Amino acid sequence: MRTWFALFVVALALASLPLTGNNYLLRLATTVCMYAVMAQSWNFIGGLAGYPSFATAAFFGFGAYTSAILQNHGAPPMLAWGCAGLAALVFAAFLGGAILHLRGHYFAIASLIVAEMLREIVNTMPGTGGGKGMNLPILKISIAAQAQFFFYSMLALALFCTAAAIVIHRSKLGFGLRCIQQNEDAASILGVNTYAYKTAAFSLSAVFVGMAGAIYASWVNYIEPPDVFDVLLAVKPLVMVLLGGLGTIFGPALGAVILLTFEELVWRNFLTIHAAALGLIIVVLVLFLPNGILSLIRERFPRRERPR
Amino acid sequence: MTALLALDGVSRRFGGLNAVDGVSLTVERGEIVGLIGPNGAGKTTLINLITGVYPATGGHVRFDEHDITRMKPYQIARLGLARTFQIVQPFPKMTVLENVAAGALFCGHAGNVREAETIAREHLAFTGMADLADRPAASLTLARRKRLELAKSLAMRPRLLMLDEVNAGLNPTEIEEALGIIRKIAEQGVTIIVIEHLMKVVLSISHRVAVLHHGQLIAQGAPRSIVSDKSVIEAYLGAKYAAANPGGVH
Repeated sequence: MRTWFALFVVALALASLPLTGNNYLLRLATTVCMYAVMAQSWNFIGGLAGYPSFATAAFFGFGAYTSAILQNHGAPPMLAWGCAGLAALVFAAFLGGAILHLRGHYFAIASLIVAEMLREIVNTMPGTGGGKGMNLPILKISIAAQAQFFFYSMLALALFCTAAAIVIHRSKLGFGLRCIQQNEDAASILGVNTYAYKTAAFSLSAVFVGMAGAIYASWVNYIEPPDVFDVLLAVKPLVMVLLGGLGTIFGPALGAVILLTFEELVWRNFLTIHAAALGLIIVVLVLFLPNGILSLIRERFPRRERPR
Repeated sequence: MTALLALDGVSRRFGGLNAVDGVSLTVERGEIVGLIGPNGAGKTTLINLITGVYPATGGHVRFDEHDITRMKPYQIARLGLARTFQIVQPFPKMTVLENVAAGALFCGHAGNVREAETIAREHLAFTGMADLADRPAASLTLARRKRLELAKSLAMRPRLLMLDEVNAGLNPTEIEEALGIIRKIAEQGVTIIVIEHLMKVVLSISHRVAVLHHGQLIAQGAPRSIVSDKSVIEAYLGAKYAAANPGGVH
């Protein structure tokens, strides 16, 4: 109950953001929502199941291109976004079948090359514009209205994704994934269909990211392979979840806010060495706060024991 | 009525090693069967073959009406075949209660997590660990962890329970407690296979004992007759000793 209430309050606060009329803030908030979707999604496979996936960039680009191609063939944006999510889900289910029997580093490497592979395919495939990239149809509404539209779209997706996380964390699926993360062999001996559970987690980590990629493509109007298959898109979700709190519900979203804040501050103040400065901050945070920021808050305000 | 578990010429080869070599063995409903053998005899491998951890390279395993030779571990578990591990395998960061609840949840008896936790509490009470419910599994002593393994497998409501050295590393008092629990489980009608090194324990608890040596079943029978079996004495103590003491060791 408390979790749903917290989600509701955050949603309300964010939804009233456009009232400030600050377009810079709105743009940042849209990015935060996008990051939150990616971190939350990564948490399903990385945090719950304990499989360090670097496939987020692949799902993001896959969704972006699916939606771009559909829209250039006349599909309305919302429909194209939905299809992109679905396509990413199916893609992840098949991909999971191929690589989820790998564990640890081997799985990480296998998932990392998927984005590279897709990038090469898009570069040479007809109908994607190849290396020149792709333009998307521009919405025929004012610039300000567009900014609000994409903000609300991304916010809705982030909220939906978090709601899914809350449900799954408490479900049989979430419980089984935690068992797999702790001890996969013991889990399968206890009757957990580990293969089906891992595939479900991997697919969940794809569907919302695919949609986020699709919305992103519509938002920026132009996509190219190096942009949407960027390896940073695979690394950032992991960093955000570690910053916020692995395997928690609000950790990923919190991590998204923190990472973007750092990115903005560092980028603005250390233009030439911002990547190094950002890297340093991340190392320090992970070294001194291995359980994420959320653990600090939990220590300060311990949760009261639930009456049983 | 057919036997609950029937092994027919079950083999497993690892490269050039026949870890389990043509073992045929049946276990009847309600029996307690002791499985013994020197170190490296293939006892744990045999359990791994039955539970589907490795597929058998030869032979068949039947459980009740099902041929489980090629089934996956989770499918076999859901048929009612549970085991404990020689090297304990808890979910370390989860609480004791959650560990046990996992067994109840995934073998199809509990509909949701809350129901599974209720069932888990009963099993914790049965195994005398009710007061440890909210502790993380990693904080338990070895004896408690072994008992947690037991509680976990009981929560699966097994028809056949295989205990792989649940008493190893325990002191005499702890062993007595564990044996008491095993007897209580058997009284509920659960068929049990006990792998054990402590002869005193096996002999006192089993209805029947099967002996493995170099992957082969060399003898089976009533506990008393097994200790005087020549091939068993040979396997444990060598041919010379067996020849000098034809009456066996006690």
